[in-house]
Amino acid sequence: MTTADVLQRPTPGPSRDYRFPAFERLTLSNGLRVVVAPVSKLPIATVVALVDAGAAADPQGHEGVALLTARALAEGTERSDGAELATRFERLGTALDASADWDSAAIRVTVTTERLPAALALLAEVIRVPSFPEREVERLRQERLAELLQQRAEPRGLADDMFGKFAYAADSRYALPDGGLESTVDALSQDVVRAFYDDRYSPSSTTVIIVGDTTAERARQMVTDAFSSWAGDAVRQVSVSDQPAATTRLVHVVGKPDAPQSELRVGHVGVPRLHRDYFSIVVMNAILGGLFSSRINLNLREAHAYTYGAFSSFDWRKSAGPFTVSTAVRSDVTDAAIREILLEIDRLRDGGVTESELTLATSYLDGVFPIRFESTTAIATALASLVSYGLPDDYFDTYRSQVRSVTADHVLAAARNHLRPDGLQIVAVGDPTVIRAPLEALGAGPVLAYDAEGNPTS
Amino acid sequence: MQFTRMRLPIDTFRLPNGLFVTLSEDHTAPLVAVNLWYHVGSANERMGRTGFAHLFEHMLFQGSANVAANEHFELVQRAGGTLNGSTWLDRTNYFETVPSNQLALALWLEADRMGRLLPAMTQQKLDTQRDVVKNERRWSVDNQPYGTWWEKLPALAFPPDHPFHHSLIGSMEDLSEASLDDIAQFFATYYTPDNAVLSIAGDFEPGEARRLVEQYFGPIPRGTSRPPLPSMKLPPTFGEWRRELVLDAVMLPRLYLAFRSPVFGSDEYYAASVTGAILGMRRGSRLHRALVRDRQIASDATAFTFDLPKGSDLLVVDVTARPGIDAEVLEREVAAEIDTVHADGVDSTEVERAVALIETDFVSSMQAAGDRADKLSLFATYFGDPRLLNEQVDRYRAVTAQQVNVFARSRLGRDNRASLLYLPREGDVESAETATVAVTGA
Repeated sequence: MTTADVLQRPTPGPSRDYRFPAFERLTLSNGLRVVVAPVSKLPIATVVALVDAGAAADPQGHEGVALLTARALAEGTERSDGAELATRFERLGTALDASADWDSAAIRVTVTTERLPAALALLAEVIRVPSFPEREVERLRQERLAELLQQRAEPRGLADDMFGKFAYAADSRYALPDGGLESTVDALSQDVVRAFYDDRYSPSSTTVIIVGDTTAERARQMVTDAFSSWAGDAVRQVSVSDQPAATTRLVHVVGKPDAPQSELRVGHVGVPRLHRDYFSIVVMNAILGGLFSSRINLNLREAHAYTYGAFSSFDWRKSAGPFTVSTAVRSDVTDAAIREILLEIDRLRDGGVTESELTLATSYLDGVFPIRFESTTAIATALASLVSYGLPDDYFDTYRSQVRSVTADHVLAAARNHLRPDGLQIVAVGDPTVIRAPLEALGAGPVLAYDAEGNPTS
Repeated sequence: MQFTRMRLPIDTFRLPNGLFVTLSEDHTAPLVAVNLWYHVGSANERMGRTGFAHLFEHMLFQGSANVAANEHFELVQRAGGTLNGSTWLDRTNYFETVPSNQLALALWLEADRMGRLLPAMTQQKLDTQRDVVKNERRWSVDNQPYGTWWEKLPALAFPPDHPFHHSLIGSMEDLSEASLDDIAQFFATYYTPDNAVLSIAGDFEPGEARRLVEQYFGPIPRGTSRPPLPSMKLPPTFGEWRRELVLDAVMLPRLYLAFRSPVFGSDEYYAASVTGAILGMRRGSRLHRALVRDRQIASDATAFTFDLPKGSDLLVVDVTARPGIDAEVLEREVAAEIDTVHADGVDSTEVERAVALIETDFVSSMQAAGDRADKLSLFATYFGDPRLLNEQVDRYRAVTAQQVNVFARSRLGRDNRASLLYLPREGDVESAETATVAVTGA
């Protein structure tokens, strides 16, 4: 061995094949769908019951009821009160994780193999016969109000919520946080939760996903035992308006006095999940701000040291979720950081990407694919997205070739079609006495000022 | 396969230069994790250089003799890998998970910066990363509700001359003082093969892995000497209840209540860890049930241990008030729950609940190669024996209610408490300084 051998950069050998875990589907006679992916590396399994009961289905004026309903499932059934349910789950070494995002409610457990049948039976109990005790619903409602109160002092969550408010038209469900606001959570009650449950939770709106150390046959038997006697009606389809709040660029300053940093969100309404440009957009975003070595992070962090990190994302939902650039920057460079973000968006739309940037993004997304699915939880979450968006069953088998087929021209087209500099909403949560005047001088758009609850200030 | 019979295959060897290597094969997916622990953290910093170990971690991504600035990130991501590093009180780790045919690249990158970092260091890179770290401090501490707990609690719990007393992220003043000379000295002292552990977990061929490790890491010279840390030893209890009130830009009061507890890895540690789970793990725990569900004075309650293997560990209870509940009421009620456990103990069903939850979390965390490699490095670094990983579930399963009660009796009393009580600041505050009032007394 010579010194040259040591200094020589190694080259990779041939790569080994990988396939996303095979899964089977079946449908019970009551319409409940089942997806099973046997994965036997370790004696563990994850169950996700996915229900078409996400925040998109919140009735107007009752925004937040989907989340409150999901959380309340484990607070009592016809057989056990909430404290007993918690103990029953936890003595099985698991805890029920019930929540709702925009498009679905998801009720999850991860449990060791020998406790899977008991955990699945308990999960079915909370989904099928919840009792929604008034005291516990009221407690969870108060806990959501406490979260909202905390948010006023927490700049990251506050910036996210304010961005939604300024990006989407006031009558879009996406303009409010998925968990609702004080005004809408105030209107929630046991009756509202019960009505939402009756309206949305049904075998035909539910898919049970089981991933882990089991067989398709055993899983089929367990799900049949737990769910086949559940009856219910078809559930109405919902769709969310994704109209933007404004078509011109505006700068929104949300006051947080004495803040040493400004939390920035720069973006606009993006595209729905089932868009034909999906893969071009994913690669384009990786180059713009999706990776450590992306343009926005290298500029704001490594060239200018304005921030600890800066990234961009498309939030995928059934209707068009937002495209957002997110970062937190030192207060006195708030204007300069926004200028650089706008420049990077323009630069991508004007000049496209280099071959090196393209291959960095595509080889990363291609190569990291198996690393994304090491755990039963990660595989179950991936299958949940397949179910929720109605993606084809070969989606994961074709994912890598789809990524590799994206070209520099596709990326340029995606940037030009799906980044809209003139429609960007720029949100800065920070100290108005430091950042407002420089933002006026920046000339990125009219500057509007608000308090921490989003009310306009002078 | 039943978990009781689950054992990870673990092999070890040591290079002549002192580098300790752990290998754990798993061929279920074509990926491999490389994980390197250096036995150095904020505890090793000298006076006036708080935050340096972490700033140094940033500099390790700024290139080495054969790697350009930020190229480490780019090469690993281009290879389809994930990567990062982190700094803790007593160790710093660097890790990659890559497709298995890229193992050589990950090892080569780690070896180049272990062996040949200094040629790539420049004043400009240091100045940039210093500002990046200052922004990290603003983001995680200064502009985050309760964010200062992270430096206030160790400062309260460890004496001023103890290596765990000072801030890990560091003060703005000390970060400003760090120089290229400090980089060179720290690198020569601590970033040596005999002060590091390398773990490889996942899809690799052991002979090939060993050959690559010997080729890339073998020529790196061992270190000369490391200054010994001052004594970490502490009495088993605080001998008092140390209280600090913190006025902060928060909306709700929050209590951090810490107890000195047995060091990570000791027999008594497992009883302490189970006690933490009984008190604050999930909704069926004592504090959640009593304070969040039944009495509704708290909006959240958790407990955790720092897992420090030397001196003294800390068990910490973290409870946030419900709106309308005074800080004094919160502190009194949390203390009353702890007093009950201290006086009356727990029963075996609570121990079984806690151990069952811990066991599932443990099995779940062993699924990812990166997590396995990190745990192998942990046990190799702290105890010289990565095979201890395979004993963890048995150690937890062996914990009895009696052991928990011995711990509770000796460590949860009012003579062994250190607390931070956060209070919302009233109105606008003139100064950016956080006002604090220290009150000491049992």
